[in-house]
Amino acid sequence: MTAMIEASALRKRYRKMSALDGLDLIAERGQVTAVLGPNGAGKTTFVRAVATLLHLDGGTLRVAGHDVRREPQAVRRQIGLAGQFAAIEPAMSGRENLEMVARLFGQGRRTARASAQTVLDQIGLGEAADRLARTYSGGMRRRLDLGASLVGAPRLLLLDEPTTGLDPRSRSELWDAIRELVENGTDVLLTTQYLDEADHLASQIVIIDHGRAVAQGTPAELKRRVGGNVIEVHARSRHHLAEVADAIAGLSRTRPEIDAATRRVTIGVSSTGDELTSALRSIEAAGVPIDDIALRQPTLDEVFLALTGQPMTDQDSDRERVGVAA
Amino acid sequence: MATIATQPAARSAGLTSSTLTITRRAALRYLRTPQLVVMATLQMSLFFLIYRYMFGGAIDVGGVAYVDYLVPGFVATGVLFSGIGAAVAMADDLQQGFVDRLRSLPIPRSSVLAARAIADTAILTLASAVTVAIAFAVGFRLHGSVREGLAAFGLVIVFGFAFEWLFITMGLFAGNSQTAQGMGMIVFPLAFISSAYVPVDSMPSWLQIVASHQPLTYMVDAVRSLTLGSQSEALLGHPASYYVVRSLVWAGAILIVSVPLAVARYRRG
Repeated sequence: MTAMIEASALRKRYRKMSALDGLDLIAERGQVTAVLGPNGAGKTTFVRAVATLLHLDGGTLRVAGHDVRREPQAVRRQIGLAGQFAAIEPAMSGRENLEMVARLFGQGRRTARASAQTVLDQIGLGEAADRLARTYSGGMRRRLDLGASLVGAPRLLLLDEPTTGLDPRSRSELWDAIRELVENGTDVLLTTQYLDEADHLASQIVIIDHGRAVAQGTPAELKRRVGGNVIEVHARSRHHLAEVADAIAGLSRTRPEIDAATRRVTIGVSSTGDELTSALRSIEAAGVPIDDIALRQPTLDEVFLALTGQPMTDQDSDRERVGVAA
Repeated sequence: MATIATQPAARSAGLTSSTLTITRRAALRYLRTPQLVVMATLQMSLFFLIYRYMFGGAIDVGGVAYVDYLVPGFVATGVLFSGIGAAVAMADDLQQGFVDRLRSLPIPRSSVLAARAIADTAILTLASAVTVAIAFAVGFRLHGSVREGLAAFGLVIVFGFAFEWLFITMGLFAGNSQTAQGMGMIVFPLAFISSAYVPVDSMPSWLQIVASHQPLTYMVDAVRSLTLGSQSEALLGHPASYYVVRSLVWAGAILIVSVPLAVARYRRG
């Protein structure tokens, strides 16, 4: 069976900057693929290319078996797009918004009404359906945007940074909605800056940097390459940093990293759960005073450092303002 | 949890259906934003009354009541001012991602722009009708036949449609609502350096050169030549056909330039 998305050597330039610089990516059917990277890495550009919203300068891109250049309308019939900017009409009700999109997919009046109702229930906006969208909260608007991408029963859902800017509760509500979609068999391509989002939702993560894919794997595989989770210790003073590092060095094969500016020592550990207690014991035994200790997921920075050998740069500042987010 | 029922048989809407659906959205957006409608109407009425009553007595237009001279000009320039709103709405849609959503749908590409043009023309028709109603209420009278009066109104709509495409193009190139608003300021010299409010020959000679050759002057005088009836030729200097033909040529020229530009810009993404 052909993959849902087959991208090979994609290139896209905006004036002097390369937004996509030889991107290769395969997103298989039946799964959620997350494209993870910092601002400016090319995530939004990639999603826009898949959604047939821009012309590629080079490479080949097939979506659901159709070439985006040669059969764009065929691609558009299969996809649903939801982005950072909730592209819904504030002066229409939630229901009217969804019915409108359904009609644009060629559905007749009654079918459109039924599709809209189903989606409203799916995204939990059944009660607010007949209020104007401009009365909705930010989280509700995002859900409506998600609904608008679903109402045409797409085979592939394209979510561009779906939870950026949302409060934690709206975020987890949206995650729940997305997870249910996946259970119902919709393929999803998701872009995000947040490793925890990719970890929660995706079965396959592609890390992109400067318009190119630098790593691909399951969340577990990628975290293993970083060394799994991270133990972070806040030393009480700069003088204690070296001692802390020595105390916890034995926990894992990777070396502890010292950040003098923030007085932190971090070390990657495998995810078995005993490390926190062992770390605390070693530090106590060494008699080093500490302010705080925590076990946490690696940040995107740490993943980047481990995988590319270089710290992650905010690629937006590298770019001229060409009017496109990446 | 039920998935979307059976896969809908048709997977995309045709040109007419999609254009109508999107037009409906633009119309609802306008109608359901009362501030837009009320503010625009109030502002327009206020300025109209100011011109009619404050300035009217001081402006000599040679043998015709000022209100009868003013109304064609005012209605025609009203069309321009509502065009700024169209440019801003277009830029806003682009900025907010609404155009992205529409572009990602399997609808014909032309339906989005066509819908914009139709909706904006409908809105300006409504606004013009309101202006005309107010005009009659404050003493405007048709000196020609009713048929000529209706033709005059029809001309206004045609000019409005042509200018709409100019404003749609502006909105597409502006990319955001503030820039579109700024670009829309071109309406001011267009509206004032014309025969809309005062006779061209009352202006200083250096302005007359601009005013007598710009499209709006021909359009306003075309409308005027129909509403002033038999008096118009004496007042304006040429028969109605002179102005009507030239104004339609201008309208055509504006369309020939704007439409391809708008379509090209829209497709480029």
